[in-house]
Amino acid sequence: MTPQEQWIAFCTIVGKEIRRFMRIWVQTLVPPVITMSLYFVIFGQLIGSRIGTMAGFSYMEFVVPGLIMMSVLTNAYSNVVSSFYSAKFQRSIEELLVSPTPNYVILNGFVIGGVCRGLAVGLIVTLVSLFFTDLHIHSLPVMVLIVLMTSILFSLMGFVNAVFANSFDDISIIPTFVLTPLTYLGGVFYSISLLPEFWQGVSQLNPVLYMVNAFRYGVLGVTDINVGLAFVGVAIFIIVLYAVCLYLLSSGKRLRA
Amino acid sequence: MSIALSIRNLQKTYDDGFEALKGIDLEVKQGDFFALLGPNGAGKSTTIGIICSLVRKSAGSVSIFGHDIDTDFPSAKRELGVVPQEFNFSQFETVGSIVANQAGYYGLKKSLAEQRAEKYLRQLGLWDKRDNKALMLSGGMKRRLMIARALVHEPKLLILDEPTAGVDIELRRSMWTFLREINARGTTIILTTHYLEEAEMLCRNVAIIDQGSIVENTSVKGLLKTLNKEIFVLDTRESLAAAPAVGGYQLKLVEEHSIEVEVEKGRSLNELFATLTEAGIHVVSMRNKTNRLEELFVSRIQNKSADAVVTEGDAA
Repeated sequence: MTPQEQWIAFCTIVGKEIRRFMRIWVQTLVPPVITMSLYFVIFGQLIGSRIGTMAGFSYMEFVVPGLIMMSVLTNAYSNVVSSFYSAKFQRSIEELLVSPTPNYVILNGFVIGGVCRGLAVGLIVTLVSLFFTDLHIHSLPVMVLIVLMTSILFSLMGFVNAVFANSFDDISIIPTFVLTPLTYLGGVFYSISLLPEFWQGVSQLNPVLYMVNAFRYGVLGVTDINVGLAFVGVAIFIIVLYAVCLYLLSSGKRLRA
Repeated sequence: MSIALSIRNLQKTYDDGFEALKGIDLEVKQGDFFALLGPNGAGKSTTIGIICSLVRKSAGSVSIFGHDIDTDFPSAKRELGVVPQEFNFSQFETVGSIVANQAGYYGLKKSLAEQRAEKYLRQLGLWDKRDNKALMLSGGMKRRLMIARALVHEPKLLILDEPTAGVDIELRRSMWTFLREINARGTTIILTTHYLEEAEMLCRNVAIIDQGSIVENTSVKGLLKTLNKEIFVLDTRESLAAAPAVGGYQLKLVEEHSIEVEVEKGRSLNELFATLTEAGIHVVSMRNKTNRLEELFVSRIQNKSADAVVTEGDAA
């Protein structure tokens, strides 16, 4: 395929992905907004007012970047895992597999689809948060870059999950038993400086901590970790996972008999 | 005339050890209407799966219009359209977007993709359903949707895996007409079907595959020539108690108004009718007991099974 034809194939996949999550907006866009609004009200307003300040900011200000990041990463992941697994389940993935579309274009299409949903939900949650607090911007490039990288990384993770999944149960196991604990323990609701030294060390093994703190740094200018390390770590994870995804597609594992 | 599809020593052993293809060779010429026949589990769908890259081959080579699928798969895929046996599109997408998206996967610009989608949806009688979700279509419409989708990039080779399964007779006939038309316009067609009269009517050449091996590969006419006897069913006006005896013919009473007669190839039926007329028996209608190709198909498969039993016996 010529580069122009590859671009058309890529746009077709991305367009299809965007139309898919927009078509089912009640399932994809509304629930995270309701959940995050409840977090804002309960943790930010009600409980937050009694907590006082954290890292020099009101608890509401502190928690908003974490909640935006949480909605971005969970939605990027969910979009790719559910879309790709559904395509496998309905066998509509064969439409792509029989076409001359290169594997990396297929992968990029699904990943950018996930990124679009992650960003769409992140944007809506950000707009909702404005009803509760002002949004600071300490460093726009850091904010944008870490959100993009995180949504790419979680889209790739969703892709791997979808390839290996054999049932709809399998696509909820990783989010429930891995992602949710990592996210809740990843500094969304608290600064790890509140933890005993041992648990601070354990928390630093959690990759989500780096993404949440890098984004919080972009918004508020405060962080528990080295932001440079966060970018390097996320970039390495993206490269490794991208290679794994391409291998899975080219080997046909769980996709071709 | 160039070769549309060339298969050499194609083998497939699945992970569970099942040997689906035992080294088949097959060649389909450009412009042909080719039937690939075989009982369930013979290896037809595995062969098609390998050609279109949904199944990984264990050994052998496949080339489509000279493009080897190992070395130049994108070019090979561009020449190929596949209509699978099972529905394999998203049930929640609209008919129009399923076809237009497929064109996009082949790199066709949006305007051309929409133009082609309209062309083939109209030709297959689905244009009015373009905004309906695929879920809402009947089984026959879904089959036609898959044909439209397979044609949207205008492949030179179209493979249809049982396209008329479960389709009513009227629709099946309209599909035959459509397939004949696109074949006449130059598209090479390979068809697998269990309706052997369909293969006899549409196809010029045929291969029969059984237990992972090609047991026959010839022209339909050539195959039919090997038929050395036919069985006809004669319906009589008179009620019969027993089959009449006619020298040189084997007659069997099926029911009181119906007899079967086995006639060797090339033998005239005049003598039979004359004898029946003399006996006061009037034949009011006559038909083949089974489709001619079906008889050959069954005999080839049975021969193969018998060979397999002998081979196993020898080995034991």
